[in-house]
Amino acid sequence: MTQYILEIAYLIASITFIIGLKMMSNPKKARQGNLIAAAGMTIAIIGTIFLYSKEGLTSRDNIKMILIFGGIAAGTIIGWLTAKKVQMTKMPELVSMFNGMGGACAALIGLMEFHHSVGQTSTMITVLAGMIIGSVSFSGSIIAYLKLNGAMAKPIRLPKYNIINTIVMFALFAFAAYVVVSGTDSSTMLYLLFAAALFYGILFVIPIGGADMPVVISLLNSFTGLAAAFGGFLYDNKVMLTGGILVGSAGTLLTIVMCKAMNRSLFSVIFGSFGGTTAAADGAEVAGSIKDISTTDVAVLMNYSKRVVIVPGYGLAVAQAQHIIHELELLLEERGVEVKYAIHPVAGRMPGHMNVLLAESNVDYGKMVEMDEINSEFEQTDVVLVVGANDVVNPAAKTDPSSPIYGMPILDVEKAKHIIVNKRSMSAGYAGIENLLFYDPKTSMFFGDAKKALTALVAELKTM
Amino acid sequence: MEQILSFISTHREMIYFIILAVFVGVEVIGHVPSVLHTPLMSGANAIHGVVVVGAIIVMLDTDASNYISLTLGTVAVILGTLNVVGGFVVTDRMLDMFKKK
Repeated sequence: MTQYILEIAYLIASITFIIGLKMMSNPKKARQGNLIAAAGMTIAIIGTIFLYSKEGLTSRDNIKMILIFGGIAAGTIIGWLTAKKVQMTKMPELVSMFNGMGGACAALIGLMEFHHSVGQTSTMITVLAGMIIGSVSFSGSIIAYLKLNGAMAKPIRLPKYNIINTIVMFALFAFAAYVVVSGTDSSTMLYLLFAAALFYGILFVIPIGGADMPVVISLLNSFTGLAAAFGGFLYDNKVMLTGGILVGSAGTLLTIVMCKAMNRSLFSVIFGSFGGTTAAADGAEVAGSIKDISTTDVAVLMNYSKRVVIVPGYGLAVAQAQHIIHELELLLEERGVEVKYAIHPVAGRMPGHMNVLLAESNVDYGKMVEMDEINSEFEQTDVVLVVGANDVVNPAAKTDPSSPIYGMPILDVEKAKHIIVNKRSMSAGYAGIENLLFYDPKTSMFFGDAKKALTALVAELKTM
Repeated sequence: MEQILSFISTHREMIYFIILAVFVGVEVIGHVPSVLHTPLMSGANAIHGVVVVGAIIVMLDTDASNYISLTLGTVAVILGTLNVVGGFVVTDRMLDMFKKK
């Protein structure tokens, strides 16, 4: 009886996941969708705690129940507080971190189920697959977290790293195959395999830098989904299967969409990184010189423009300048200047990163224009203000075949009448590439921290 | 060969299920506007936290005197719950901002 009720609970939960994800395609219903999925998740968890049973194995001793509820309470409190307190700009790091936790959970399940599965080939494959994928996702997410956090800003590349990575990957497969085929029940072997998977996760993410970070997080997200799905397969548990596979396939699709936006294949993101071509890029000569512009000049220029397009990038997030930029927008609108935001699909460190950030400061939805749409409007634009973006406005993507970002669709800001670039310094973007836009005669550099520079600009505009 | 065929045969329902779920996943996500990609990723991230169900199952099926399993299981439950709760709460926070429009 209880078994049937649990099956129904899982069915309900699975449906809420699908409906929840579906509703997220509509900005108005998205929040409700998220809550529906959360409700389904609660049903699945509570149902499992009280109704799950496997003959001869399941028991609900006090100690176990205390540990389970204690674990859930601890996870809820920490998760809740972290999620509530984190600044909006730290969102990508946090998603990466939570993703790593899920991966670790899957890996631990694999570690515990190993000894129960010795001798059963298909079960063992499932257990090890979940364990390995979960471990790779965990260590990879932690590296991604550290990179986004700035603790590990530069990609670290061993010489011939992609050959090493490929060898390690195959060695990992071979090792896992050996464990399955030999039918060993040695814990040493298991922990060696676990360590090898963690190590591969580190190797996998560590050389990846530049604009590829969002792709990696999305990919690791689908990895964890896959690990959860293997868990579902192991326990013949439908809710884990649905949840895991939905995220696995959705995450993969999202990853591909992002790759397309950068005009790169997933293969080149994983194996090529930007490393293979940087040597050529370093050789590109930069002609011309840069000129900088004062706050007053920027204010005058903008005040007497008809159309202004703002191009936000990661620098905006770092400087927490989303509120002041909205203030600038309102001020300009008051004076009859038309203001729009040009959103590159991979601006920031996650897809939609800029939208979330601008939404936080109440920027109108309709003002955030996607790349394909805004690109035709740059010719009629008087001033483009680039705030903390770099690679997504680098014309080298169109003109320089030796550039590592060659072929990536970019915002055609160089077509505008004036381009003002706000940057902290002349250092290269995240991809580590020189930006020819800065040397364009129409470009003026407006140096300074985005928040301070824009605050000064707003103050200056108010005096006009 | 026979092993593979018998594996497919015994798990055929599961295999149907998986294939259909893959299509549902692609279909459901296919129409999400790029502005919602971050909350979507975050929401999907919360959903794969369903792996915590597996952690609970391991705990329930383990011997109460096996302290290593109990410890690992508890850690797994904590991490899985972190993934679920953190994921949903952070997604809710993001989507809350969109709702104001």
